[in-house]
Amino acid sequence: MDLIFFLLFASIAVGCGISLVVQKHPIASALSLIGVMGSLAVLYLLLGAEFIAAVQLIVYAGAIMVLFVFVIMLLNAAEEAPSRKTNWPSRLLGVPLLAVFVALLAYLFDKMSPSLGTVTFGAFTTGGKQIGRSLFNNYLLPFEVTSVLVLIAILGAIVLARKEID
Amino acid sequence: MPNAEELLRFLPEMILTLAAIFLMLWESRYDEHDERPGMPAAALIGLGLAAVASILAGAAPGSAFRNMLIVDSFATFFRLLVLAVGALAVLSASPFLRQRRAEGGEFYALLLLSLVGQSLMAASNELIMVFIGIEISSIASYVLAGYLRDDKRANESALKYFLLGSFATGFLLYGVSWIYGLTGTTNLNEIAAILGNADIAPNAMFSAVAAALMLAGLCFKVSAFPFQSWAPDVYQGAPTPVSAFLSAAPKAAAFATLLRVFFTAFEPVSDRWLPLLAAVALATMVIGNLAALWQTDVKRLLGYSSIANAGYVLVAVAAHSTLGISAVLFYLAVYAVMNFGAFAVVALLEGSELSDFHGLAKRQPVTAGLMAVFLASLIGLPLTAGFFGKFYIFKSAIDAELYWLAGLGLLTSAVAAFYYLRIIVVMYTKPVPEGRGEMAAPAASVQAALVFSAAVTIGLGVFPGWLLDWATRSSGLLR
Repeated sequence: MDLIFFLLFASIAVGCGISLVVQKHPIASALSLIGVMGSLAVLYLLLGAEFIAAVQLIVYAGAIMVLFVFVIMLLNAAEEAPSRKTNWPSRLLGVPLLAVFVALLAYLFDKMSPSLGTVTFGAFTTGGKQIGRSLFNNYLLPFEVTSVLVLIAILGAIVLARKEID
Repeated sequence: MPNAEELLRFLPEMILTLAAIFLMLWESRYDEHDERPGMPAAALIGLGLAAVASILAGAAPGSAFRNMLIVDSFATFFRLLVLAVGALAVLSASPFLRQRRAEGGEFYALLLLSLVGQSLMAASNELIMVFIGIEISSIASYVLAGYLRDDKRANESALKYFLLGSFATGFLLYGVSWIYGLTGTTNLNEIAAILGNADIAPNAMFSAVAAALMLAGLCFKVSAFPFQSWAPDVYQGAPTPVSAFLSAAPKAAAFATLLRVFFTAFEPVSDRWLPLLAAVALATMVIGNLAALWQTDVKRLLGYSSIANAGYVLVAVAAHSTLGISAVLFYLAVYAVMNFGAFAVVALLEGSELSDFHGLAKRQPVTAGLMAVFLASLIGLPLTAGFFGKFYIFKSAIDAELYWLAGLGLLTSAVAAFYYLRIIVVMYTKPVPEGRGEMAAPAASVQAALVFSAAVTIGLGVFPGWLLDWATRSSGLLR
């Protein structure tokens, strides 16, 4: 049962991922991204990581994607115009190099798979409580310092986007 | 609850953050185009306090916050280095921005916050902290590059920097996730312990892939081949004092991270990444120096020169020795000052084309003389700091029996002499262009920054010993 769900949602994730890149209209791309995020959340759930699954849905599929869609609608982005210049080297080399990269990764995983541990469905049992504990004990400093990062993001948005007062 | 010692080790970052927040609050008292007379001084006071805190924290080395940070003399060296660059940036940026009626508290706040990131990068002992430090430093840098919003080139530069930078961070993070998957930890010492223990170490091929991914991310940050193409565009487009800052401080911090991550965590698999690093070093020197030959825009030229200089530093990293590390520290400090000086002079001129330098010696003799000192140091002439910087780098490569790397590196740095000399020649031999009379003397704070940089450049060229001693002391504790 788990395997069927895994295969189903993994293929949805890959399909949506491809559609995200191929689609010409920004809204269609954004919707595909929601598909990727959602099916990833199901995969996390299958592994037993409920907390991550919930965060994935709330933060990515919820907050971030809503922002994306808002921005696209505000800018009234139309269908992508094909760029005038065709960059031949990147076209000619990009796809084969990507294929080489993927083949290399696949080869590596195949060759080394016996020495790697495997993950089973429902293997994770850590809940929100343990995550909270480790966040405020071992990972206190990164947690706090992230607030500086958020501060910079706000400051940066103001610097770059405020209106000129004249 | 962290104890007082641990808080002291994190004090420099806290001071910088508080100073940045103070400047942001103060900003609300001014109108958009006003001058902010007290702000550079306040920023400098913040930097000074942070430097004092770094020295105090460095006096009692140790780790903090469950091994997230490690404050040793290596971290202290880099903390003081980036703070010094920050102070120079404040000094040269405030007249530059006032002239363009764009001075703002946000600028100083962003500068200080970006230093928080760089200071964390130098002291991180955890891949998660490394990542957050890099992000803090980078995001602040992207915004600083686009700070002059009405300038199209600055916008382009910021956007390019942001897109490529985020892409590179993706590589870095992917590498971090690999290493966590392989070892189950993100602590650098624990990673080294697992990779070094033959019984539990994952297959070395996997560790090498993780190392390669992280190297790709860090190579972008130090603008090494093949991730160098952003540097000239960004440095050319960004406001000149910002270019000066970007080419010195974030780069030094990225080298600190590179050294710490690869010389501790990936030390057990060093035979896999060292040849790659040597090849990257060579390609970076060749590409940077050859491309710089054709430039007519001095900012762009200095951008390519910063690529070439990253290549020299990588040579010393590839030497993989204590001498190599101290050569890296020495050269980064020297490069920060001389390169900053050169950029600060460019910031004074009307434009950054080579023709803007024509006859500079007649228009503003002192500035031209200082520029000549910085360029001579960038060439690596004796009696300047650049000479000893290059000397220690290539000596460490020869000691490590990397003769080909040292030889080819010296060859490319001889090529480099041509494009630096060209600037000196036009300054002293070309006539003053029509319609350009004598230039006003630069603002006092810029003069202070230039004279300080030149004094350090010449001072270290005559007495390099103390900095080298300090660098050597700071390299010993690393492992």
